[in-house]
Amino acid sequence: MKALIGRKVGMTQLFADDGSLLPATVIRVDPNVVVGVRTPERDGYTAVVLGADPLRPKRVTKPYAGQFADGMAPVRHLVEVRDFEGAPSVGDTLGVELFAGAMLVDVQGTSKGKGFQGVMKRHGFHGGRKSHGSKFHRAPGSIGQSASPSRVVKGKKMAGRMGGTSATMHNLRLYGVDAERHLLLVGGPCPGPRGGTLLVTDAKKGGTRNRAAVSLAAGVAGGSSGEAS
Amino acid sequence: MNNLIRELEQAQKRDDLPPFAVGDTIRVHYRIVEGKNERIQAYEGICIGIRGRGLTRTCMVRKISYGVGVERVFPMHSPKIARIEVIRRGRVRRAKLYYLRDRVGKAAKVKELVGGKR
Repeated sequence: MKALIGRKVGMTQLFADDGSLLPATVIRVDPNVVVGVRTPERDGYTAVVLGADPLRPKRVTKPYAGQFADGMAPVRHLVEVRDFEGAPSVGDTLGVELFAGAMLVDVQGTSKGKGFQGVMKRHGFHGGRKSHGSKFHRAPGSIGQSASPSRVVKGKKMAGRMGGTSATMHNLRLYGVDAERHLLLVGGPCPGPRGGTLLVTDAKKGGTRNRAAVSLAAGVAGGSSGEAS
Repeated sequence: MNNLIRELEQAQKRDDLPPFAVGDTIRVHYRIVEGKNERIQAYEGICIGIRGRGLTRTCMVRKISYGVGVERVFPMHSPKIARIEVIRRGRVRRAKLYYLRDRVGKAAKVKELVGGKR
């Protein structure tokens, strides 16, 4: 497993070498620090704690500061990743190069909060007719039976808070790795607002369908680093 | 737009195309791939709108082809565009010339820009 904590910069479009226009999300990955290592002997499993986004030491509470080895700058985001590839040790920094050559990635983030939404938007209910005498427009309809069971089943899809939860995009194409500017170029949208924190990992499912490699037209991935194909 | 994205797009942007504006009649030489062959097709019409900025800029070109109105949208920085010729400059007072869609024949013409400063 490979993973990096990044920040969504925004979306754009890029040309592939055959001239087609591809949607792309730009993710900025400032070097991640390995904050901790979990070992089977001590913790019963293997994992690596990644950290990103340095904090001013003054802003850190003492319990939080205790997470970091002596002399290590505290960071805002911590993520524990199981069975990390390559067994890095505490204090190592990891950058976008980690994903050089990868074709598909998963991107996890917190989706944009949508507020209190009705069942049509939140659960995709069809709703009723808008006109022709209809009095049933966007309401949820019946939510259960009568005397038996005389309660509403748990987990019934109803209106409520939507968004602001963790969301993962699986099997996004990795168009390019820009080592110079610490950027990852990923195909399609990613959860959350611009500036939101994202966790990029290698594709868990790995892509069940055959996917042809996509390479970008000249020049985009910052020259030296080369494009993932 | 974010500076990082602008910087990134810079690599794919083209600067070899002539400047043109809405109302101009342009001819777009577009590369078409047919099987293994590639040929260039010219498409000439009035530019009725330009939208987007940076790499995502597109222009909408309208022409009347065999009596049928045709509008095509070209990504302006596309590598598929071989070249663009500006045939005629037009004098227009609008950013989007959608009103041309409702006009036929002579009424659908754009006056030529004479000696204007652009």
